[in-house]
Amino acid sequence: MSASRRVALMITCLADMFYPEVGERIVRLLRRLGVAVTLPAGQTCCGLPLFNSGYHAEAATVASRAVGLFADAEAIVVPSGSCAWMVKHEYPGLLKDSPEAAAARRVADRTYEFSQYLVRGLGLTEFETDTAPGRVAYHDSCHLLRGLHESESPRTLLRNLPGVEVVDLPGSDECCGFGGSFSVRLPEVSTAILDRKLANVEAAGAACVVACDAGCLMQMKGRLGRRGSPVRAMHLAELLARERGGVR
Amino acid sequence: MSEPLVTTPLRDRAQHALGDRFLHEALDIATTKFIGLRREAFGNFPEGEALRDRARAIKEAALQRLDEHLERLVDNVERLGGHVHFATTAAEARDIILAIARRTGARMAVKSKSMATEEIHLNEALEAAGVTPVETDLGEYIIQLAHERPSHIIAPAIHKTKGQVAELFARELGREVAADPEVLTRIARAELREKFLQADLGITGANFAVAETGTVVLVTNEGNGRMVTSLPRVHVAVMGVEKVVPSMTDLMVFLSVLAKSATGQKLSVYTTLVQGPRRPGELEGPDEFHLVLLDNGRIAQLGGTLREALYCLRCGACLNVCPVYRQIGGHAYGYTYPGPIGILLTAMLNGPRSVKELSHASSLCGACADACPVRIDIPRMLIELRKEVDEQKIAPWPERVAFRALAWLLRHPGLYRAAARIGRAAQRPFVRDGRIPALPSVAGAWTRTRDLPPVAARTFQERWPALEREAR
Repeated sequence: MSASRRVALMITCLADMFYPEVGERIVRLLRRLGVAVTLPAGQTCCGLPLFNSGYHAEAATVASRAVGLFADAEAIVVPSGSCAWMVKHEYPGLLKDSPEAAAARRVADRTYEFSQYLVRGLGLTEFETDTAPGRVAYHDSCHLLRGLHESESPRTLLRNLPGVEVVDLPGSDECCGFGGSFSVRLPEVSTAILDRKLANVEAAGAACVVACDAGCLMQMKGRLGRRGSPVRAMHLAELLARERGGVR
Repeated sequence: MSEPLVTTPLRDRAQHALGDRFLHEALDIATTKFIGLRREAFGNFPEGEALRDRARAIKEAALQRLDEHLERLVDNVERLGGHVHFATTAAEARDIILAIARRTGARMAVKSKSMATEEIHLNEALEAAGVTPVETDLGEYIIQLAHERPSHIIAPAIHKTKGQVAELFARELGREVAADPEVLTRIARAELREKFLQADLGITGANFAVAETGTVVLVTNEGNGRMVTSLPRVHVAVMGVEKVVPSMTDLMVFLSVLAKSATGQKLSVYTTLVQGPRRPGELEGPDEFHLVLLDNGRIAQLGGTLREALYCLRCGACLNVCPVYRQIGGHAYGYTYPGPIGILLTAMLNGPRSVKELSHASSLCGACADACPVRIDIPRMLIELRKEVDEQKIAPWPERVAFRALAWLLRHPGLYRAAARIGRAAQRPFVRDGRIPALPSVAGAWTRTRDLPPVAARTFQERWPALEREAR
């Protein structure tokens, strides 16, 4: 592994505010892999909530700020598939008529969702875990799966973890019902969709459901906690401790 | 504007649907079955993906020259002895059909399944004019008995369990009926045979019309479409203008992807090709054939944000995979066309006001776009509709203000950090065991069913200086 690799972490608002430990895991893991991590100062949110609700002029101003923060990064790592999708797929369009158009395209090209960075960016698939999650089910978050067409990287990482059994999750590609503002505009429908997802997780005999999106995790954790379920919802990064056979 | 705006809030309609355990049972069984059949059909057909691309390309090209294709279609239908009518609005379409019924002295009309006639609310108009409409598709027959409207584009009675259908039939017949699909179908068949022979008018939709030959194409699995188009004296087909396809070769592409996407079949059981009225020497067919070409907001979208929705083949695949549709069914949407594509069509037919709430009846999961045989980017257009609803100030003003305030906050990192600190202070009375189980006001919409995570004691960005020291 080349020690000269540098990535800028786009922490995302949800991970920043609610799941900082996910960010810490990512930083420590990347450093163990010899990757220098920077955190461009002054981060807020990628603007996806504005974009999805139709406030595109407003989303563009937020995108423009973010592009400025990450313009010089060699690679940008994002712990949520939906935010990565926003940067990769929507920033160039939102900023196409602005002075940041070229920078937006460059930032989009260099942005990776976390699991994609490990597998496709660094070419690493073998890790060790320091938690004992038991039987694990993987939930495909919608933007990662259908927006970034990624279903294999997270599964590969999970399958290769010693001591972790990945169970087959029926309907793993079905939405968890989060959908940003959808979750509070139609909360009963959102919860009904979520209950279907969690019933599948429980029926699969999983002790833990893993996802690569803070939105899905907030949704699933929120309901599991409310129901007092023994099943845990975790970000993939929380399972990865170090490279297998790695020295550090 | 063809339909009055629905006034009960979507959230209430959805909640009502969520509470209906029969609806749930019926929907779950049917959509799961449809999803499996579709997956299998494309799984066994390696050319499927390329065929979908081809179908999309044909649609794109056909809409570029819609006027030419329609002209050609009209010429060919007329050459075959048929009559073509053009209806700008739903009301015009109804008037055209009622005039035909009056002129021919029709008292009873048999109908095959047609969303276009649902869209123009034809049955009510026929009844008011003294013409009895009889739905002959089994699903439509069921919902006509129940005085309901279709809740799915291809499976109108998808919301009913077989037990409910048996009860409905029993009430109609005044005797016990077994909840056995075969028994139920036999009863409907016997009832309908009579009607086919009595009816003066046959009314159908059209899945496609082929410009180069003047052929109107109907796809069914029950064969009722064939009887509706051949037994009565007069046949009227109602079709949205966008459904014209240039050639027979194109038609083959669409038939293949339509059947696979809708029901997982290689082809539907009956593909009925109608070439004008009965010609001299032919044994079957009507004396008169009319094709009603329906605009009703479609043509305006050729250059509009909903253009891609005009590619729709009405297969229903996007409904089956939609997590929202699967929970609330079709009626909760409140308009003729339910599901993800239905929201777009509702906006097309009724304007952006009609989708003020409906444009948000999606988690934007994208399953619909994945399932669509012509790859319509439905989530993208839902977002465009939301944008229209905001920009035209149809969205409630507190919401518009809130999103603008959010944008302002997100542009100012100092405010964003302050918001985290304020959140941390404000949440204190609500945190229990590291979770927030209940919050007042808008946030209560989340916490009524789910815990909310508290803002962390130190956010990641606040932890960063310490993390940086670790690296040294």
